[in-house]
Parts: sequence; structure tokens; C-alpha cells
Amino acid sequence: MQFEVGDETVFAATGGKDVDPGKQTVVFIHGVGQDHTIWVLPTRYFARHDRNVLAVDLPGHGGSSGTPLRTIEEMADWTVAVLDAAGVDRAALVGHSMGSLVALDAAARHPNRVRAVAMIGISVPLRVTEPLMAGAEADSQDAIDMLTYWGHSDVAKIGGSPTPGIWMAGASSRLWEQAAPGVLHADLQACNEYEAGLERAGRLKCPALLLLGEKDRMTPVRGAEDVREAIPDQSTVVFPGAGHPLLLERSDAVLDELIRIV
Amino acid sequence: MAKPEPYDPDTLALHAGQHPDSDWGARAVPIYQTASFVFPDADTAASRFNIERTGHVYSRLTNPTNAVLEERISALEGGVGAIATASGQAATHLGIATLMGSGSHIVSSQSIYGGSHNLMAYTLPRFGIETTFVDPRDPDAFSTAIRPETRLIFGETIGNPGMEVFDVPTIAEIAHANGVPLMIDSTFTTPMLARPFEMGADIIVHSATKFLSGHGVVIGGLLVDGGAFDWEGSGKFPTITEPYAGFHDLVFVEEFGPTAFITRARKEGARDFGPAMAPMTAFLILQGMETLGLRMARHVENALRLARFLEGHEAVEWVRYPGLESHPDHELARRLLPKGAGSIFSFGVRGGRDSGQRFIENVVIASHLANVGDAKTLVIHPASTTHHRMEAEALEEAGISEGLIRISVGLEGIDDLIDDVGRALHASQRV
Repeated sequence: MQFEVGDETVFAATGGKDVDPGKQTVVFIHGVGQDHTIWVLPTRYFARHDRNVLAVDLPGHGGSSGTPLRTIEEMADWTVAVLDAAGVDRAALVGHSMGSLVALDAAARHPNRVRAVAMIGISVPLRVTEPLMAGAEADSQDAIDMLTYWGHSDVAKIGGSPTPGIWMAGASSRLWEQAAPGVLHADLQACNEYEAGLERAGRLKCPALLLLGEKDRMTPVRGAEDVREAIPDQSTVVFPGAGHPLLLERSDAVLDELIRIV
Repeated sequence: MAKPEPYDPDTLALHAGQHPDSDWGARAVPIYQTASFVFPDADTAASRFNIERTGHVYSRLTNPTNAVLEERISALEGGVGAIATASGQAATHLGIATLMGSGSHIVSSQSIYGGSHNLMAYTLPRFGIETTFVDPRDPDAFSTAIRPETRLIFGETIGNPGMEVFDVPTIAEIAHANGVPLMIDSTFTTPMLARPFEMGADIIVHSATKFLSGHGVVIGGLLVDGGAFDWEGSGKFPTITEPYAGFHDLVFVEEFGPTAFITRARKEGARDFGPAMAPMTAFLILQGMETLGLRMARHVENALRLARFLEGHEAVEWVRYPGLESHPDHELARRLLPKGAGSIFSFGVRGGRDSGQRFIENVVIASHLANVGDAKTLVIHPASTTHHRMEAEALEEAGISEGLIRISVGLEGIDDLIDDVGRALHASQRV
């Protein structure tokens, strides 16, 4: 589905269905340099299970026009603007990595618009290493290799994809390779400079779910300790042996947890 | 902080796609010899059918043993996913049928496996798909042959029987400039000698019957998706970019992004054409692939030594092996195939058809049969076997001289092999 936010066109995958005002809505927000395709399984599931689904492409990503937004707060406000454009009053927000920061920020600052928030692979603050930032600034393949091989757990580096016949590291890399020049760097910088996460966590009024990978080196479990303590109403699931791309590595288990909250 | 690296190909060949069995800890890949998989509940069943949850439904579509093989070849090739098929021909057909339908056109190297040539020259035209065959050494010929309805360029890393080295980077550039993908048959080289995706190819097919399994005990194929082709930018592939009525108007590129092609091939082609590989076959290919790196290095070493021996033999008129300086593509082979130009080559026995036949009848270690890529050395003399009805002139037109022997050099002790071939050459010259 395409609609307009400001002067730009926004693409959102809807599971092939139009927004029905009589249904609850779930908004999915992708991570650094990615797009809506990381959500293919949950969007198709929830679309068939009585939800409106909007798996958005952030500006400058996937099928959405424009340039990447510079801060997490801008992305959070943009997400609320997407709800307005879609005619949705309240929604559950589900984010992955950078998207989880966006979901957190939107839920804290727009409590009347968010009924639940799920954050997959989150650290607060979410610091980016200097080599990764430098690689992304240069639009280098090295940055994609770092995201791929630091992101996947050591176990997942030899595969074992829940989706039969898919090589997860290859699929991750190709998606990042599709990002336009400058997008990776802009997104990583937005993550790196987001300082308000703990303060926002303390303001959450809705239930929150954190899904973490035990072997995640991008957003390690310890990086979520403070934000867990700050959120008034949260539950956390740590997936043993899993890395950062939980939607690839633990597809069904992630869906089972999301079903509990959204 | 050092940049992280993927595992070495030799490590991937042993491990990619498999964790020890979760139920019993089996270290070897279990053989899931089952047609179907029990659904835990009705909603999970519906979810698996509708691509909402992962898991297996029916072994024509996916199977856990096959999935390990599919991941392993994807990892070794640097792709995003693969489908294991009943033969290499099934893989090639599945790839073509996923991309195009009636009214489409292929530009193919003329130096390809006979089965692939038959498919494109005689069978696909019955379904409205035409092919123009061109000289693989002439990039301009590919450009010239491309039409508005062209949907694919096809070639083999090393051609057959001319052993032409396919200039993947150059032809990939031509393909992409015309909005079509390049499909490469990498059977002769395997990912241990060539990585066509890194050179610009978009789709790879293998006859896994050959070096991948390595022991001549199975028939199998693999279709591998590189995941980088710009389907939307091309605008020529409605199977990938437009709603598919056969799956609730699913738009594959919109839902699956980099894995759109291989997912369409599975959801349509694997379902409707039924080219599935048997799980036992997948297991045997996996066993072979564990030693692929070791075997390919030895294949190449033996091939080069035997080729040099033949080049200096008085009963041999010529040797066609890209690993030799005398081959016209030697420099290209050094650039694209630095680890070796495979172990299949051809040579001409002095004396024509009768001498060739006598050579074949006098080898002892080498086996006379129609296959390549076995651990054992294989030979065939087309003029007295596969092409025996053709006159000398027709053979020459097909690039096959009367004395041509094709050899697939195996892993035997090289001195024994040289002795065997030497004795047979001596016998071939007796009148």
C-alpha cells in the first residue's frame, strides 16, 4: 500500500489487505538500512488473524521516497504521521533494532496512539563501533560484512535457517546491499546519537515486550538491562543461542511472543 | 577491531546448514525419508501453507535433509537460497520456467552440455521459448542476439567440448545493461574453483551428480539464487514483480525482496512441476561435499599433470585444456579460475575414429562411460559412442573431431593414470 506523508510517498506492506477501521492495527518498523521484507512472516500472519498490518519502509528505504530521517525522534513522529495518514487512531508498534528505538520513543511521547510496544534486539543506548560507522560512511562492503557477521550468532553463521533452503547471512547481506548510498550511515548515526532511551522507557504507559538474542553482539542482552528496569510494565524473552536477526533465526518463536502482545 | 569474516569454504562444506540433530544429537545429517510432516494444530497448518510460519509440509516442496544441502550450496556460492532438484536438467528447467513463458527468448553459449542444448534448441520451442546460440568467446555476439523479448543469458563456466572459459564478468555486464539475468552452469568448476556470483552472475545451476557428490552414485541438481538481480528495475519479469493468482495475488519481490526468485521457484515450480530431489540423494551429495575442497584440488593437480603428459605425446594431435598455456583461454582461466580450470578436458588421438576407439578399448583404470566429475577417471570417445551415426564432416561442424577423447580426470595416483593412458595411446597406434 502507498500513501502520502508530507511531500513523500510511503510504502507499507499490508499483507494484501486494506486498513479496516474496525480492526486493531500493528505497525512494524525495520532496522538499519533494511525495509519491510524482514517482516514477511508476521505481517502475513497478523493480516490473516484479524489485524490491520502496516510494515512500513522508513523514508529513503525500500519503496518509500525521500531521504533518511536524521534522528530517532523524527522517525517516531513520522510513525505517528503514518498512523494519521492511514486513518488509524491507536496501534501496537513492533520494531527491530533501530526500529525498536523508534517504537520506544513513539510509545513514550505519543501514549494515546500506542496500545503496546514490542522491541526486538534493543540496546539503550545503542552505540555503534567506530569501524562500522567508518565503513558505513564510506558505503563500504566492509560495513555490510560487519553487520552480517557480527549480527548473526556464531551458530547462525553456519546456517540452520527456519525457512527451508534460505542462507540467512546471504539474505541479510543482499538486503543491506540494496540500500541507497548514505542510508546505512544515516541510520547508524541516528542510533548512535539517541540519548533519550532510558528517559522514554520510564514514561511508557503501555505494556512492553523485549525480545533478545543470547548471543547478539550488535545489541547484547546486557545492553537492555537498564531499559528493562526503567519500563514500568515489561516482559522479556531471551532466545538461547540466537543473534541479532531474530526474525530470521527464530522466526516462529518471535511470532509466538508477538501474538501475546499485539 | 578486525573485520569479521565468513567461514572458510572448507568449513562451510562440512558444516553449513546443519546443527547436530536436536532430538538425538546425530552428528551426520539425518535422512528425513518422509513424504509429509505432521501439523501440531490446524492454525499452524494454515500458517505454513500461507507463508506465515516456517516448517515443512510435504517433501515435494521442502524437506529437512534437502534444506541442509540447499543451505550448504548457497553458503558456498555466496547466494541467498537454493532448491535441490532431481537432476541438473531439472534445476535448469526450473530456473528458466520461473523466469519466463511463451514468447520469451534466451541467448545461450553454443558450447554447453548436450542435454541443455536439447532443452533449449528443441524442447523449449514447443512451449514458445526460443534460444539463439552464440560463440561464448564473442561478447558482441551476445549483445547482438539480445531481443526485446530476451529474458536470460546462459553459459557454462567451462564449455563443452571446446573447454571455452566463459567470461562471466563481461557477459554479466551485457546482461544487466539489457535488464536480464545471467544464469551460469558451474558444474565443471564447483564453488571451490569459481564463484560466479562474485563475478556478476545472478543464478547458478549445478549438476550435483558430478563433482559435488563426487562419487558417481546419484543424479541430482541445484538451483541457486544470488539475490542481487534488480527485478523491479528490469520490469521484464512479471512472475517476480506482479500479483500471482496462484498464491492469492502474492507479489514475490514485494514480500521477499532478495529471495523473491528462489521463493517463486519453490512456491510455483517445485509445487507444480514436481522436480524434487529424494532425501537419500541429498544425504549422499552432502557426504560428497564434505570433501569437495580436497577433491577439487587433487582433480586439478592430476588434470594438469596428465594434460602436460598428453601434450608431449606423439600419438596425441592436440590437447584442449584451459590449464595449459596452449589453450586460447589460458589467460582468462588464470584470471577467473586461479585455483584451476577443472579436471575435464579433451584431446585428439592421432589416426581418427579407429584410433580413438582403440584408445578407449585399451584403458584399464579409466572407465568408458557417459558421465564426468567422478572420483574415478572417466573417458568417452564421442565418434564411436554418443555421436557414432555422424559422418566426419558433421562431427567437425559440431566441434568434435573423429579422434576426440573427452576425459574427466579422477583422483587416482597420477603415475598409474599416466601409465594407463600411455599404454592405451600406444595401443591406439597399432594398425
